[in-house]
Amino acid sequence: MAKNDILGETLWDAYSDKVTTLMNNPTHQGEITEETAAANGNKLIVADFGAESCGDAVRLYWEIDPGDKIVNSKFKSFGCGTAIASSDVMTELCIGKTVQEAVKITNIDVEFALRDNPETPAVPPQKMHCSVMAYDVIKKAASLYLGVSEESFEDEIIVCECARVSLGTIQEVIKLNDLKTVEEITDYTKAGGFCKSCIKPGGHEDREWYLVDILENTRKEMDEEKMAAAADAGSAGEFATMTLVQKIKAVDAIIDESVRQFLIMDGGDMEIIDIKDSGEYIDIYIRYLGACNGCASSSTGTLYAIESTLKEKLAQNIRVLPI
Amino acid sequence: MKVYVDNNATTMMDPAVVEAMQPFLTEQYGNPNSIHKAGSSIHPALASAVDQVYTAINAADADDIIFTSCATESNNWVLQSTWIDDILNGDKDHIVTTEVEHPSILSTCKFLEEQGVKVTYLPVNEQGVVEAHTVSSFITEKTALVSMMWASNETGMLFPVKEVSKICREKGVKFHSDAVQAVGKIPVDLQDVDIDFISFSAHKFHGPKGTGALYIKNSQKLSPLFHGGEQMAGRRSGTLNVAGIIGMGKALEIATTNIGGKMAEISAKRNKIEDALLELEDTFTIGDRNNRTPNTILISIRGVEGEGMLWDLNNGEIAASTGSACASEDLEANSVMLAIGADNELAHTGIRLSLSRFTTDEEVDYIIAHFTDAVKRLRAISSSYAIVQPTPGGEASCEVH
Ligand SMILES: Cc1ncc(COP(=O)(O)O)c(C=O)c1O
Repeated sequence: MAKNDILGETLWDAYSDKVTTLMNNPTHQGEITEETAAANGNKLIVADFGAESCGDAVRLYWEIDPGDKIVNSKFKSFGCGTAIASSDVMTELCIGKTVQEAVKITNIDVEFALRDNPETPAVPPQKMHCSVMAYDVIKKAASLYLGVSEESFEDEIIVCECARVSLGTIQEVIKLNDLKTVEEITDYTKAGGFCKSCIKPGGHEDREWYLVDILENTRKEMDEEKMAAAADAGSAGEFATMTLVQKIKAVDAIIDESVRQFLIMDGGDMEIIDIKDSGEYIDIYIRYLGACNGCASSSTGTLYAIESTLKEKLAQNIRVLPI
Repeated sequence: MKVYVDNNATTMMDPAVVEAMQPFLTEQYGNPNSIHKAGSSIHPALASAVDQVYTAINAADADDIIFTSCATESNNWVLQSTWIDDILNGDKDHIVTTEVEHPSILSTCKFLEEQGVKVTYLPVNEQGVVEAHTVSSFITEKTALVSMMWASNETGMLFPVKEVSKICREKGVKFHSDAVQAVGKIPVDLQDVDIDFISFSAHKFHGPKGTGALYIKNSQKLSPLFHGGEQMAGRRSGTLNVAGIIGMGKALEIATTNIGGKMAEISAKRNKIEDALLELEDTFTIGDRNNRTPNTILISIRGVEGEGMLWDLNNGEIAASTGSACASEDLEANSVMLAIGADNELAHTGIRLSLSRFTTDEEVDYIIAHFTDAVKRLRAISSSYAIVQPTPGGEASCEVH
């Protein structure tokens, strides 16, 4: 909440001009009949998604030529302005594509095509969820045409339906960029940026996967991987041959595992400043933080404990030097 | 032509009300609680506004009518202070209300539930009203309060307040009614209906926004929600909204003078619109119109989603309202529509038209013509009226919420 939220936004002002124009005059509204398609030597596919009782429904018509190409497309829609406008753009995007290509159209593609300029969303986030149903109905039409199940288009688990972001992508991005918050995930992937159902339980729609859980589990996995890497490094006696970054990670993992909790209990902490390998010794420079900084044992007992742990787990020629 | 038929949301100020308020926004700006002339000179006008309000709802001199900032405040006051007085500091633990109250009741009840209060939300029948016997069967020895609206903002349907007031009196339970949609629209006679508290709000009957009131029978105990100075005998502190109170008095006086005649005029116009729209195929209205406030229609139009309909009406400069989930910020389906429950579709196709005594015959004709065109256009786009059926296997049921 802040100044810009006090009056809230007026829903229709948030629609792009394109949404307004297409709602007022949809260009591909209508039906294609079996007879028309047959007369052209083409096949007609008609698929529904949604229902009146859930507030939005769309019927998609595809006329498909023998080469799998969608040569004409129309729609009918029970829905609000954004539903009608987005259905219109969806048919537009389908025309000229093969069925196999059309399956790749996402709700985001539709929303982008409705934008007046690339930076400004065409509809407010909560409308993405209920009124942009392109992907679902396309998938259905394609499955009818190809005679396969809808699931067969899903080569992965989709966590965010609005932006079509998969579980694999989210896990990868968390690991690669060391993401720590759901907001960061949204910034990097757009997942959770639209209807917000996939962020945590209790949104518009129940989901199988939620970003909060994925984040927690992935972070846990990352920690475990780090531990395992450190343990491997130590036992294999490889520490001396690691790059500096690997060394720091390995030391950090050991500190996390065996040392940090005791420092924190006493109201302190430590950080690794540098590691210098002179051949004879590996010198690890550390800085004490909080209560450890200047406490009596920081140059005696605690230091000894840190050093002996690292020696045992990583390499015998380690020296720990507080600065 | 610009047509405003969203008078259950708010109304135009009657020019006579503006005129009555004018001096108190300009030269007579004194604080009525000051002892100097600038303050005390305000009293006669305030006293006559108080008289106007007491007369309009037939309150007794022993009763209190306390001016508030809005009906939301009045509703919060009753619920929160009942909790403090009778639940936290008493031996009660329960409040009875209905599923179809305004958010200012429902959200406050949810908040009280979080504080440990038991709340029963009574269901409505297919007419959209709670039946008196239902209220009766849910009252327990621990019930502190029954809060049931007098008339619904969504449907205009009138609730059986008189019967419920008798039940509550018999069982010794306090009774509050959110009378926001009743006061100024239909006769509200508090000598006829024996009720402990009612809330109302000036902007719903051509008075100013930001002025509400709470009627408290027999000046009975109800701890203040606003603590502070000694205004209104310490029951509700804060410097008086002088112009607002004067505006409420004037507006209520006008609204309740020959109220029968006004009701007849408004309902004639309302009925003309309703009859014309019901001529359209596959439409129906909610609730027996003889048991509604005279100005309200809630109509369902098959195959036409509410926000889409509102959009087309808006393009024709008609301001109406919808209970459709799509038009609300949070996309929650309308609680009243769902509570009526006959058909889920309704929750997405309802359009509310609420007239006022300022609605003209020309506007009535314009609404009918434009509404009919909008229904035609949107049904031409609607999948509900499509002829070509889905390829076998291409049918859908409700998969989104
Ligand atoms: C039934 C009902 N109760 C309460 C309110 C709230 O009134 P106010 O705007 O004065 O807070 C309204 C108006 O929106 C209403 O229709």
